[in-house]
Amino acid sequence: MYYLYIVAGVAVLISFIASSEKTLRAVKIAIKRFVSILPAFLIMLILVSIVLFLVPDRVISNYLGVNNKLVGVLLASFLGSIVLMPGFIAYPLCGILLKKGVPYMVLSAFATTLMMVGVLTYPIEKEYFGVRVTIIRNVISLFIALVVAVMTGIFFGEIC
Amino acid sequence: MKRNDVIKIVCISGYILFLIISFTSGFNPGKEIGYNFVSFSVDMLKILPGAFILIGLFEVWVKRETVEKHLGEGSGIRGYVWAILLAGTTVGGLYVAFPVAYALYSKGAKLSVIFTYIGASAICRVPMTIFEASFLGIKFTAIRLFVSLLLVVITSILLGDYLKKRNYKITGR
Repeated sequence: MYYLYIVAGVAVLISFIASSEKTLRAVKIAIKRFVSILPAFLIMLILVSIVLFLVPDRVISNYLGVNNKLVGVLLASFLGSIVLMPGFIAYPLCGILLKKGVPYMVLSAFATTLMMVGVLTYPIEKEYFGVRVTIIRNVISLFIALVVAVMTGIFFGEIC
Repeated sequence: MKRNDVIKIVCISGYILFLIISFTSGFNPGKEIGYNFVSFSVDMLKILPGAFILIGLFEVWVKRETVEKHLGEGSGIRGYVWAILLAGTTVGGLYVAFPVAYALYSKGAKLSVIFTYIGASAICRVPMTIFEASFLGIKFTAIRLFVSLLLVVITSILLGDYLKKRNYKITGR
């Protein structure tokens, strides 16, 4: 995350040296865009806070650990779609689950839907792309996650 | 639109009221939800200002022709390669990718490249990929990246074509 601010800082500096007037305009655009999408972010944050309360990490661990692989993959896709968590929490969790014996394909379904399918980011996505495209993109992403899970299962010998 | 705004305001105020009551009366589930809200807000507020500043600079400095040439209709396969490389450097998650994608689109990037960028920034941001590989192994990450990137590009092309036929335009904010 620090590199974001190093890059942004250097970029602003160079921009300012090149043209202070243009830099000011850039900052104005940044603020305007940020403020206009803020309500959607607020709604997303509210949804995230409630869903994370209802579906905490230990619930996720319980559900992903089911014996049936197919059920595991489907549950993992569902949970991954409705939950939002940063990679630095999600991957250690997956690492623990792997040691507990959860199949790779279940973790793959969980990780991919977690990152690609965003039920909680829907309020933001629809502001930019509209309802229909948002739904299409998320359905396609869910489909991709399932295919990726199957491929992972094949490569790791979890599907015969 | 007006009615939607009213519903939003009612929901948000109801939520805030719920948190205030929870904290004053010591209602634990409400407090937990409050902590979740704060910790996620902090995480996002750390990333968003930097991301939006870069978007602003991009809008001001990058010429439309440049974006059109490398990411637009005539860009061919290179457009997808650029989209994936750019996605690799994206921070945060989808919520950062959307405004960036919109900025690219408004400068003339084509739809299929935009969807490739969004998909790729979900699955192959460099810091996250390193993290993934260290916890789940390189083989796992390699399979996942290869299969999902391939599918992302294919489905983005199909979706882009479909939307172009329907004359779809991203409205944005």
